[in-house]
Amino acid sequence: MTPKRPKLDTVPPGDPRDRGGKVQPMLIVNGLKKHFRIRGGFLNRKVLHVRAVDDVSFVVLKGETLGIVGESGCGKSTLARLLMHLIPRDSGELIFDGEGVGEGHGITLRELRRNMQMVFQDSYSSLNPRLPVQDSIAYGPSVHGKPRAEARQIARDLLAKVGLKPELFGSRYPHELSGGQKQRVNVARALALSPRMLILDEAVSALDKSIEAQVLNLLRYLKRHFNLTYVFISHDLNVVQYISDRVLVMYLGQVVEIGPVEEIYRRPKHPYTRALLASRLSMNPDERIDDPPLTGDPPNPINPPSGCRFRTRCPFAEDVCAAKEPALGTWSDRSTHLAACHMEDETSGHSRTGRALAECKPAFLAATAS
Amino acid sequence: MTDVTLGQNAPLVFDDDAPAIKVRGYWATVGNRLRYDYVSLFFAAVIILIVLAAIFAPLIAPFDPNKTSMAFRLKPIGFRSFLLGTDELGRDMLSRLIYGGRMSLLMGLVPVVIATALGGTLGVIAGFLGGPVNMLIMRTVDIFYAFPSVLLAVAISGTMGGGMSNGLLALTLVFIPPLCRIAETATTQVRNLDFVEAARASGAPTWSIIIHHVLGNVISPVFIYASSLISVSILLAAGLSFLGLGVEPPTPDWGLMLSTLRQAIYVQPYVCALPGLAIFITSLSFNLVSDGLRHAMDVRI
Amino acid sequence: MWVYTAQRILYAVPIALGVTVVCFALVYLAPGDPVQMLLPPDASQADVEFLKKLYGFDQPIPIQYFKWLMRAATGDLGVSLQTSRPVFDEVSRALSNTIVISLGAVMLAFSLAFVLGTIAAYYAGQPADRIVTGISVIGVSVPNYWLGIVLIIVFAVELGVLPATGMGSKGSDNFSLASWEQVKYAILPTITLSMVPLGIIMRSTRAAVAEVLAHDFVQTLRAKGLSELAVLRHAVRNALPQVLAVMGLQFGYLVGGSILIETIFTWPGTGFLLSKAILTRDIPVLQGAILILALCFVATNLAVDLLQTAVDPRIKRA
Repeated sequence: MTPKRPKLDTVPPGDPRDRGGKVQPMLIVNGLKKHFRIRGGFLNRKVLHVRAVDDVSFVVLKGETLGIVGESGCGKSTLARLLMHLIPRDSGELIFDGEGVGEGHGITLRELRRNMQMVFQDSYSSLNPRLPVQDSIAYGPSVHGKPRAEARQIARDLLAKVGLKPELFGSRYPHELSGGQKQRVNVARALALSPRMLILDEAVSALDKSIEAQVLNLLRYLKRHFNLTYVFISHDLNVVQYISDRVLVMYLGQVVEIGPVEEIYRRPKHPYTRALLASRLSMNPDERIDDPPLTGDPPNPINPPSGCRFRTRCPFAEDVCAAKEPALGTWSDRSTHLAACHMEDETSGHSRTGRALAECKPAFLAATAS
Repeated sequence: MTDVTLGQNAPLVFDDDAPAIKVRGYWATVGNRLRYDYVSLFFAAVIILIVLAAIFAPLIAPFDPNKTSMAFRLKPIGFRSFLLGTDELGRDMLSRLIYGGRMSLLMGLVPVVIATALGGTLGVIAGFLGGPVNMLIMRTVDIFYAFPSVLLAVAISGTMGGGMSNGLLALTLVFIPPLCRIAETATTQVRNLDFVEAARASGAPTWSIIIHHVLGNVISPVFIYASSLISVSILLAAGLSFLGLGVEPPTPDWGLMLSTLRQAIYVQPYVCALPGLAIFITSLSFNLVSDGLRHAMDVRI
Repeated sequence: MWVYTAQRILYAVPIALGVTVVCFALVYLAPGDPVQMLLPPDASQADVEFLKKLYGFDQPIPIQYFKWLMRAATGDLGVSLQTSRPVFDEVSRALSNTIVISLGAVMLAFSLAFVLGTIAAYYAGQPADRIVTGISVIGVSVPNYWLGIVLIIVFAVELGVLPATGMGSKGSDNFSLASWEQVKYAILPTITLSMVPLGIIMRSTRAAVAEVLAHDFVQTLRAKGLSELAVLRHAVRNALPQVLAVMGLQFGYLVGGSILIETIFTWPGTGFLLSKAILTRDIPVLQGAILILALCFVATNLAVDLLQTAVDPRIKRA
């Protein structure tokens, strides 16, 4: 006799919505692919593919914050929308708490929405300009069957939780709020459905630094309070370091490195990660960078380089890098640190395998002298 | 690696300052802006006057608009009790003008209202569904766009033989394409905004998203454009009547009056110009009020 | 660039085809038997039968359309019921007359509206702006057929300086700019026609110039020490393509929509032809004229589109 499955729309303490158990990852991403078709050429006839997300696999553990970093155009936002099932994927699987999503699988899309929500970047269009913010927040619960009054009360409670007094801010319109306040409303809206996991897509990128700090602390508080799991997407390395437990680095639609945050930031394995970290400016005026660690623009995602995609900008590139695509490796637990680089793979034939790159310092060029 | 502590001590709640502006609803803001727009208010009053005159025509008009009199043909302004003179059949101009307002307002408002409902719905459907449905609807609309509106109105009502209902049909068909296009553009823009994505992410069904999030933001540009079309419709409708494609005589209608009085401009020029003046004032009023409404409704602080 | 041109031209083709379909369908909108439409009322039954076979009225509608289209492509648009002259000739002759006043109207409107619109944009918010905006609103709201009558009253009836109607003292069909005798007939229609474009071009100019003046590079020019006039010249140059596009569109619009003015002034253009055809139920002329005018409008739009892209490479519609 199978035990009755708990309903997913209530959250009593202890989180009986948890179906998979403590060890089960909250989200397993396997071989995710999304190619966008665009037309080009004469009379818009030729069909080209923008390989926005190309064979991405990773795991999000329960209760952690996974940071995803990368430059513009590496596919972070597309990945976010794929995880949220906002755009259909071309291939690959997404397994939430041990179950697939959709017909014939464990949970329906609608149920998924109650478990996984997204916080958008604060732009002028992240909130409906015609609705007072409490109505924007209450929309989600009301769509899932809560009566108006109850939905509004949920909204007001959440406003209080994110630090905005509901009497003062509830009936305000988005254009009457500052950037930081709007972002808090965005967070409240995402929490209105009591999700277990939040995807934050550049959630603090548009804010001033001081406000950013406040919102980040709010996010940390809410994570403890609501027992949440975060996927935090950003291009700001410092922010990701502050808030993440593990970090995933993306380049041109692929995962190039993944590991615990201290490992990534202190001993990055992939040349791209090293270059990214080296391009951070130090607060110490004595540590100046004279040559940029990373030059040029990322290549075109329509026609990425063969083999390793980073080889065109990598100071360690060799023939094997053009011939074979490096594999990320198998992931075992939360302390696993993997990099998709031939230098990590003893069997690749790269001349530098086995030699760990020196500890990361801002003077990137000095490290390569070894 | 970082030397800066990222505000671990930053307070969690900091927004307990009083709001700088009084919290006001959207329509209240619009109303407040309009309150100080004297031009719009004045011409809105003019419109109300015209509408009232049209509604209460039987009570206001001094004479029977259809009563002809061979003796008093084409009398000038102020002749005895004919405040605005008489037309070529001896009928009182003032009464005919007042009654004519009914026709003009009808032909001005009805096509726009119907076209807004039909064209707007088509546009929202095309904008929201996208893909082949969008292509089909918008290409068809483009074909009608390829006709100048005067030409199209004349063509449709001319081939159908004129008359009021054909005129209304023709005008409605002329106005559906631009309204459809406006609605489609607005819907496509709104559809791609983040809050619509957020609404989808919360698992709402499509119809709910359209009603609660898309429509509210689409109605405003459509409504503003429609209100600017009213004056065009009045002009076009009177133009159709002028060409004999509108109502049948002896129904009083400003455009028709202008046409029949044209022969008499050598005799009583000022009387003959009156119907046109009425058209002008009505059209101008609607134009200015719709402009004022557009400025007031453009809430984008 | 040429790819884009080809694309736009190709795109216009289905639109033009759609236009022909609509024109073809117009005849079927008309009450009564379409064949009777195409014949004078006193035609014999044999004629009716002959015409039925010729135009293929006994065949399904798509075939009829196709036949009609083929004939139209060769220039055979039927024969006028009134004058028994080929429709194509009548329309093309009338078209040249219409183009005369339309072109004149647009150029007149442009020269005034551009200057006034720029002034309004430069003095935005001040009295000069409000006056100019007021003029443009009036221009758009005034029923131009009424204005024509008013002008006739003023200049022909009261003052008697300009002729009221017609195109030439002897009712001539040809027009030449050379003689004042002929030109003075064109003055009133042109002025009347220019009212609505005046309003619209003024509004567009004001909007375009105001937008350019708000750009940062204008500040830069001022900071470099350029005189206000020079700055204005730069702004105007940037706004010009947009305004020219509007002007072109207005021209196309006038050619197609001049029926009311031409009726008032009895100016023998396509509009007048149309209104005569409506009165006399001359369906071939009606159909032919509408077709040609609509196609002219499509062609004008296309030309404006391409010219605008040539001048301003930023504008490239998908």
